[in-house]
Amino acid sequence: MSAILRKIIAPGGIPAWGIRVIASRTYSSSAGGKEMTVRDALNSALDEEMSADPSVLLMGEEVGEYQGAYKISKGLLDKYGPKRVIDTPITEAGFTGMAVGAAYHGLRPVVEFMTFNFSMQAIDHIINSAAKSNYMSSGQISVPIVFRGPNGAAAGVGAQHSQCYAAWYASCPGLKVLVPYNSEDARGLLKAAIRDPDPVVFLENELLYGESFPISAEALDSSFCLPIGKAKIEREGKDVTIVAFSKMVGYALKAAEILAKEGVSAEVINLRSIRPLDRATINTSVRKTNRLVTVEEGFPQHGVGAEICASIVEESFEYLDAPVERITGADVPMPYAANLERMAVPQVEDIVRAAKRTCYRSVPVAVNA
Amino acid sequence: MAFWLSKSRSISSLLGKRIGLLTILHERNKGSFLHSRRDGVFRYKNSPEFSTKSATFSATGQRFKSSKTGEQVELPSSDEDDDENQAVDFPGGRVAFTSRMNFTSESSGKRIPCFRVLDDNGYPIAGSIFEQVNKEVAVRMYSGMVTLQIMDTILYETQRQGRISFYLTSTGEEAINLASAAALSPDDVVLPQYREPGVLLWRGFTLQEFANQCFGNKADYGKGRQMPIHYGSQKHNYFTVSSPIATQLPQAAGVAYSLKMDKKDACVVTYMGDGGTSEGDFHAALNFAAVTEVPVIFICRNNGWAISTPITEQFRSDGVVVRGQAYGIRSIRVDGNDALAVYNSVRTARQTAINEQRPILIEALTYRVGHHSTSDDSTKYRAVDEIEHWKTAQNPVSRFRKWVQGNGWWTDEDESEFRSNIRKQLMEAIQLAARKEKPPIANLFTDVYEENPPNLVEQERSLGETIKKHPQDYPSDVPL
Repeated sequence: MSAILRKIIAPGGIPAWGIRVIASRTYSSSAGGKEMTVRDALNSALDEEMSADPSVLLMGEEVGEYQGAYKISKGLLDKYGPKRVIDTPITEAGFTGMAVGAAYHGLRPVVEFMTFNFSMQAIDHIINSAAKSNYMSSGQISVPIVFRGPNGAAAGVGAQHSQCYAAWYASCPGLKVLVPYNSEDARGLLKAAIRDPDPVVFLENELLYGESFPISAEALDSSFCLPIGKAKIEREGKDVTIVAFSKMVGYALKAAEILAKEGVSAEVINLRSIRPLDRATINTSVRKTNRLVTVEEGFPQHGVGAEICASIVEESFEYLDAPVERITGADVPMPYAANLERMAVPQVEDIVRAAKRTCYRSVPVAVNA
Repeated sequence: MAFWLSKSRSISSLLGKRIGLLTILHERNKGSFLHSRRDGVFRYKNSPEFSTKSATFSATGQRFKSSKTGEQVELPSSDEDDDENQAVDFPGGRVAFTSRMNFTSESSGKRIPCFRVLDDNGYPIAGSIFEQVNKEVAVRMYSGMVTLQIMDTILYETQRQGRISFYLTSTGEEAINLASAAALSPDDVVLPQYREPGVLLWRGFTLQEFANQCFGNKADYGKGRQMPIHYGSQKHNYFTVSSPIATQLPQAAGVAYSLKMDKKDACVVTYMGDGGTSEGDFHAALNFAAVTEVPVIFICRNNGWAISTPITEQFRSDGVVVRGQAYGIRSIRVDGNDALAVYNSVRTARQTAINEQRPILIEALTYRVGHHSTSDDSTKYRAVDEIEHWKTAQNPVSRFRKWVQGNGWWTDEDESEFRSNIRKQLMEAIQLAARKEKPPIANLFTDVYEENPPNLVEQERSLGETIKKHPQDYPSDVPL
């Protein structure tokens, strides 16, 4: 079983331990339906948007000839040529600044960071040149740019390749921050991001690239777009709300399966968007279940879970029957060794235990991530 | 290999044309690289596959071309020790060998000369060739320089009086400001650093508009969001000034890329100081602009000081002009205090940038007469006589005035009349700007995104309610 699973996972190395079932969600509903990997979903979204609008460009390291460091931009150079698919020199600050300048003048660049860890070398341009420009120029300079790339932990890549930037970017007004989980999210949100007039940070996940998900005919249509700022209830439940984004949605769904067998009905929310944060959906859900667990891979302090917790305390305090549980990555730079790495990221068991704690069914040895 | 070659010096000359080996090599490699001017040359090739240009890459063939550094350059045939004239194809092109280990010196010994057209007294230097400006342009340039001087003096004082929070002068750099602006067309997009308000002035920004921005009032195009001197005007093709240094440089390359895609008859002009050339963005921008072959002019105002850092502590190269070649960019050093020299070089740069779709670097040497800003007192780190010298003996405004007056296009009466006129206009503009209403509170919330997000809509509504409930706690002269 695990051998088969290993093959399906993206060329990025050995996945973290733990059971991962692909498309645990709605296999039963779309019998004989189409499936699509997240990689293909992103590729098709880019392709369609570039075809529809000649001002859309893709630039970044290895996006052209190499077909993309993770093959997301496969075939695009051949189709659109080197003027629209630009292989850049190695200077994040340089090509991000250049892309922002191009956006100032009316082009719609999609900037790929090989991982968002490298975006730190360009973060001045993302925040000061892109996010704040519309405001500081009083609407004279709009920046319709998308920054995309893998974010968060991969597998065995160490501290400088594993940080999650969701909380960092989401704290900045002027940016929109999107976090797709499955192929439908990837397609719909990337298309929405490219069409959006504001700068968007699009956080993908390397380990999800190779995962295959069922996809509806509607999602395959070239006009398909998901609204920015709306979370999705992936699984309905009534006992506890589990909020997650990106890869952790898969883990949360798995945890929900396990909890269901033990009589706990968990509602899983796929955030899809960190900024704007869909506080309404989260609050409505918590008012129904009265318990909340947030899950993220990033560092605990000032994380996404902290913001969600604050929002719940402000809006739905009386509805809470238990303190909010935050599951996060460990407060350490990501270690490399596989056993240490496993301890530094949330696992399905951690989510299960946290959910049980909120239901007053704690286990004697509780190991927090 | 090298050992064998050096031993075979005489053999190689024998090999010459007499042996088919060379002809074979020659045949195979024809058309793909340089031919030495000498016969009897032994050529050494890495591998056969390289020479046949096998299509290792996709149909675009783009990548192979990019492994050369642009145009093939003929190797200069030197008579010294390069008898063998051996060369090798490395990625990036063919390079000649030398058996003498020679470190290129850190400085070429001789500094790159500086282009100037007018001498210190405003007379055209004998034998200098330059494009004349006609009376209309010359007077407009000169009066712009005077206006900038007056604007700087009065607005600086206004800050000192506490009426505005900040100001930055361009004293000593008026020629660069106005002459470069005059050489451009209104379609050329300008990305300034912050010491180029003269460019905006040339393009038609009024004294009132400048004052409004400094006072951050309702009429400010920036809606009160920026600190003073951070002017920006879409209709004048002048991008809003941004505080972080040199960020406008790669942005300029990006704007130029967009212009190139649109095939517009226009270029981008971006400015920086000597200090800005130390930023990583400078390197990235020039490199990028060269690689993407875009029409952008990088104008460096080398005024000798980056706040308190003199250029001796900023870099060890011969100024900024020598760096252009390192990126494959055509460059020139010009006397920034000579309005005509600046005008001429920017005109030519513009034509080249647009016709040849390439970037240009201009280093304009000048001196920052004023303090860095109102937050600085430069007498603390430099000699007062130095400042005085550049303020008087090397003043670009008086130098150009001498030329303009010498042509009979301006008189002393014109001067005093013009100066008092501008002074009066500016004082009125300032009075008006100070009295004008501040921007409405609604401006706090708009433009964060294209569309106001629900949380900000809610906050604005809630703030409005609070103000209505407690009007006494709210300043009466600030509109909602």
